[in-house]
Amino acid sequence: MSDTSFLSLEQLTLAYDDNIAVRNLDLGIKRGELVALLGPSGCGKTTTMRSIAGLLTPKSGVIRLDGADITRVPANKRAVGLVFQSYALFPHLSVFENVAFGLRLKKVAKHELEKRVENGLKSVGLSKFAARKPAELSGGQQQRVALARSMVMEPKVLLLDEPLSNLDARLRLEMRTELQRVQKESGITMIFVTHDQVEALALADRIVVMRDGLIEQIGTPEDIYNKPASAFVADFVGFENVFALEAGQLKTPHGLINLSGSAPAGIAGLAWRPNTVKLDQGPYQGTVLGTSFAGRTREYLLDTPLGPIKAEVDAGFPGHELGTSLNFNLPVEDAAPLARFA
Amino acid sequence: MTSRLLSTIILTIVMLFLIGPFLIIVAASLSAGDTLAFPPQGLSFKWVLKVFEIESFRASFVMSMMLAILGTLAALVIGIPVSYALARYKVPFGETVRTIVSAPIIVPGIIVGLALLRYLVIPLGFNIGLALFMAHTALVLPYAVRVVSASMVNLRSDIEEAAVLLGCSRLGAFLRVVLPSIRGGILAAFILGFVTSFNQVPVSLFLSGPGVRTLPIDMLAYLETTYDPSVAALSALLAFMSIGIVFLAERFLGFSRYV
Repeated sequence: MSDTSFLSLEQLTLAYDDNIAVRNLDLGIKRGELVALLGPSGCGKTTTMRSIAGLLTPKSGVIRLDGADITRVPANKRAVGLVFQSYALFPHLSVFENVAFGLRLKKVAKHELEKRVENGLKSVGLSKFAARKPAELSGGQQQRVALARSMVMEPKVLLLDEPLSNLDARLRLEMRTELQRVQKESGITMIFVTHDQVEALALADRIVVMRDGLIEQIGTPEDIYNKPASAFVADFVGFENVFALEAGQLKTPHGLINLSGSAPAGIAGLAWRPNTVKLDQGPYQGTVLGTSFAGRTREYLLDTPLGPIKAEVDAGFPGHELGTSLNFNLPVEDAAPLARFA
Repeated sequence: MTSRLLSTIILTIVMLFLIGPFLIIVAASLSAGDTLAFPPQGLSFKWVLKVFEIESFRASFVMSMMLAILGTLAALVIGIPVSYALARYKVPFGETVRTIVSAPIIVPGIIVGLALLRYLVIPLGFNIGLALFMAHTALVLPYAVRVVSASMVNLRSDIEEAAVLLGCSRLGAFLRVVLPSIRGGILAAFILGFVTSFNQVPVSLFLSGPGVRTLPIDMLAYLETTYDPSVAALSALLAFMSIGIVFLAERFLGFSRYV
């Protein structure tokens, strides 16, 4: 069994009634990997996750887990855990009983069950809350219960649906660390779904960017962040200035415009992050449409013949007033080359 | 200030209309006289005690109890899955189902009773008890569906999915997770159904035969022949029973949240 086929999705097509949500998806995931499915809502990431869990039967294609074809295995026999976005705790059961739920169904002996539940609660720091009802816990605590509830089942794969989206900023950082720790300690294979690139970049070993039911790019966070394969990915990870290339020139709303250097051969587009745009130098001219102070940097929105350009410069530089006309450059060597533009 | 005075007056009148008859019945039942009258003549508990000595009341009380309990249980057995399906799935003609299920509320009970008598009991020789049971089940069903549906609205489907992923079958998830989560609503529906069935007159009117009578029908029959305060005493006792049940339900369940 090759390394990336611990969990493999082969030519997976998923649909709700007749609406295709995911088309011919191929994806291989390593044992112990932490993978993010990243994309805007409606891209098929949640649908893909639900099919791995067995909550949605594929229209066609195969899902293999640890060497076995599980495509038709019912959800309750898959050894796949899922932490729901809303946590989905059982409101009528105590924290202890929530975590024990699956073990009781498995008829785990009382002594071992208590030990496993206690260990599970301990690993998420909730030992003291065993007797509480879910409604008496904060959102972050509820999520940790949901995590423990899935973890005590020792699933082969743990899926997490938008694990951080319901938490406030401070808790989010805490939970992120917590997830990483639990994953490293247990060595469990985790897949989480998110629409937030920051989350994906910070947490995942590997990111799968999805769009309209197809995979746009698979790569490490560094790859995705620095070398987006398409305009869509570039836009999604914060390249605000994205251009298609045509005959070695930038394609803009106002026609083709020369590059300030020569583009590498065989690429479909170029993308610049705001901080790679150089102000007060270069061949292009623009007018300041908007400016905002962001602490260490200052952001500008320029009205230019290339269309709107976003630039971000060190706040130490002298500022430009609204309406000022200035030169700028889009250095080709600082741009991310895009293999695909569409 | 005047509007406040006005609302106090209106409130008092409304309360009087609601509670007045009940107070009159209680007073009449404590009468020492021999006929049903208000104001009562003297004060005595003899009619309250007499209620327990009337043989037919005892029999019809048991009948009414059985009907109310079994009919409501049957209505819940049908109504819970119906509510669940209506809440969870896009049921074809879901609205129509909802309307049909609530039909017994809309159709006057006397017509339901007559229809059952004319088309089931007479031509098919249905047992009267069975017909009464069916009538009461149908009567309570709308309440069961309505109250249980209300408590199911807030129940997210992902807790069932969570249960399934932890090893439950679909049915297991329903029994272990859905039912316990809506047990307050179920109990509320049971109480409402029980009280509705127990106090039901029009449907039962046509479906009472020799030896098979519900308590309200029996009281009506008794009143036709004997005009003494024992009926008032029985009414008061029943009212206290209903009040007691609803009070306990409110106390322990927050009954009013469901109805």
